[in-house]
Amino acid sequence: MPNPDTETKTAFRLPPVAEKCVVRTKSGPDRKGHFGYFGGKFVPEILMPAITELEAEYRKARKDRSFKEELREILRSYVGRPTSLYEARRLGERLGGIRVFLKREDLTHTGAHKINNTIGQVLLAKRMGKTRIIAETGAGQHGVATATAAALMDLECEIYMGRKDTVRQSMNVFRMELAGAKVIPVDSGTRTLKDAINEAIRDWVTNVHNTHYVIGSVVGPHPYPVMVRDFQSVIGKEARSQLKKITGGLPDLIIACVGGGSNAMGIFYPFVRDQGVGMVGVEAAGEGVDTDHHSATLSVGRPGVLHGTMSYLLQDRWGQIKGAHSVAPGLDYPGVGPEHSALKESGRVKYVAVDDEQALAGFKLLCETEGIIPALESAHAVAYLAEAAEILPKDSAVLVNLSGRGDKDVETVAEIFRERGGK
Amino acid sequence: MNRIDRTFSKLRKKQESALIPFITTGDPDLVTTEALILEMDRQGADIIELGLPFSDPLADGPTIQAASQRALRNHVNALDLFHVISSARHKTDIPIVLMGYYNPVLQYGLDRFAEDAAAAGIDGTIIPDLPLEEAGSWMKAARRCGVANIFLVAPNTPEGRIRKIARATAGFLYYVSVTGITGARQEIPPELSEGLQSVRKMTKKPVAVGFGISRKEQVSMLSGAADGIIVGSAIVKIIEAGTEETENGLKASPELVDRVGRFVRELKDATL
Ligand SMILES: Cc1ncc(COP(=O)(O)O)c(C=O)c1O
Repeated sequence: MPNPDTETKTAFRLPPVAEKCVVRTKSGPDRKGHFGYFGGKFVPEILMPAITELEAEYRKARKDRSFKEELREILRSYVGRPTSLYEARRLGERLGGIRVFLKREDLTHTGAHKINNTIGQVLLAKRMGKTRIIAETGAGQHGVATATAAALMDLECEIYMGRKDTVRQSMNVFRMELAGAKVIPVDSGTRTLKDAINEAIRDWVTNVHNTHYVIGSVVGPHPYPVMVRDFQSVIGKEARSQLKKITGGLPDLIIACVGGGSNAMGIFYPFVRDQGVGMVGVEAAGEGVDTDHHSATLSVGRPGVLHGTMSYLLQDRWGQIKGAHSVAPGLDYPGVGPEHSALKESGRVKYVAVDDEQALAGFKLLCETEGIIPALESAHAVAYLAEAAEILPKDSAVLVNLSGRGDKDVETVAEIFRERGGK
Repeated sequence: MNRIDRTFSKLRKKQESALIPFITTGDPDLVTTEALILEMDRQGADIIELGLPFSDPLADGPTIQAASQRALRNHVNALDLFHVISSARHKTDIPIVLMGYYNPVLQYGLDRFAEDAAAAGIDGTIIPDLPLEEAGSWMKAARRCGVANIFLVAPNTPEGRIRKIARATAGFLYYVSVTGITGARQEIPPELSEGLQSVRKMTKKPVAVGFGISRKEQVSMLSGAADGIIVGSAIVKIIEAGTEETENGLKASPELVDRVGRFVRELKDATL
């Protein structure tokens, strides 16, 4: 169906990376959780009853008025939703006169979009009669958001975190502990996020009778990619109506960073059918996509199966999973949500990669022009915005998901700048 | 009839359970793996389960994870596994089943993997992260090459689903003894015999039990209740203990193969 909002914009040309927009007629996965070739449930048999139950309970909860109202009320009074949509005028001017709208997920309680999902899932777990919550975390943001939701709803909570990450992000370890969670350092494999997920799945396999596993992104077996997307879609829904109030129309381009892909799915999804709205997912190129130190899964990976789902992966030719790297710990994952893989294949969303250097420049740019310290993850989106601005027509409306605040990263950044003599 | 079916029908006549030891390919090196296959065969193993190492073995406990890591330090891959088995096949006719996660199989190419596995003399595959719903393409490829795809069921699998899986499985049905991951356990759950009994009522195919079984007493207790008994972590622990870190990487001690052989003999005797 042609969208009236886009009809008037025929003269507008998307940046080359976002040019090939195909509108998908069908959204969401099939009944087995497949987005085309991607997705599915590649899990040990022991977990099948649990994810089948989760799927059924989630479907019921989605239709249940009281569940939806309870969720909405917590999001409003506790999380601080709706988050504001802020027009970053100085930044827009600096970038040659485009209109930049920042969706301020950094202003939520705990400081990142992650909480939208954890509140939803923990509420669901409680409804299912589970007494124990587990989660994985890399940067610690999802761990903090899970521990927070578990504290709010009075459930026992244990968080798996790669040993390396517990050292890199010790402050978040303390925040989780303050919220009453137990943080379990993971020493297997690469001792980072992917291994924390392995360990969380092993725990779930063992304690599935009383435990719900809160996955932190749109990854994992069906129904997680759908469920997490739905809980995060509140971002895009709000942004859509907020932007309509300001500009009377839809954005020309939406930009979000992609680790597992939850903040991106959350802001993209309500616009997926709007032809003419360009979308770009920004992955972390780390030290460069031609090195071994990056997390640009969609840009240079190959489809494969990890953590219960078929999606793009960083892997060697034998199918062993490679380690990922980024200056932004939350992007440091060798997989990505299956729906992103499908959106890439269909051409609906373009995926690009921005390296550590560019991300740091994006970080500084937003601090200087707007007085907003973005999370290093979100700084990747800002960095790509600066790149896209060079070819965007004047007055283009660009929606950027500011997925989190940078408090957690200031030490890292300070250290990097110190090493370079204050720059 | 493939080697797995032949073995089970022979053992059924003797009313004997199959002993199925597990080791990881390339742990600590490929030469040792071949020697272990032959020695375990000599010491009474009925079927051998060989692990294909994977970087992210999420159904495995610490013991088998560590074995996978040791093998990956030697960059062991599917081709190595095929070579080891081809070579062992000149000297043994014991059924060999590959246990591996799906991604390495997928990346090799399903058809090519099935062909090369069959050519090497692999009789079956166990892929713990490939449930029935996702297994269509692999089952087709495997069946075409005469490789049995062995499915798992768990204590929490509903009856209707067990029946469905039992119909799809080939070679045998793998009954996971605990809701949990692999790893030696002191106690086997008291409900195990009951669970096994009810599963065996649902299928005529052989049912083998695994996960957590580590001692000969447990084997002897289960030998009437299951057609096959799989012992993994307890054997891998002997391999771990017999492996030394040297300047040139990991090295198997000279007694390692004998020690594993003696343990397999004890376990086999416990099935009689
Ligand atoms: C602020 C922030 N943005 C983005 C991400 C990446 O996750 P996702 O791609 O699922 O949004 C994280 C993960 O920790 C994060 O903390």
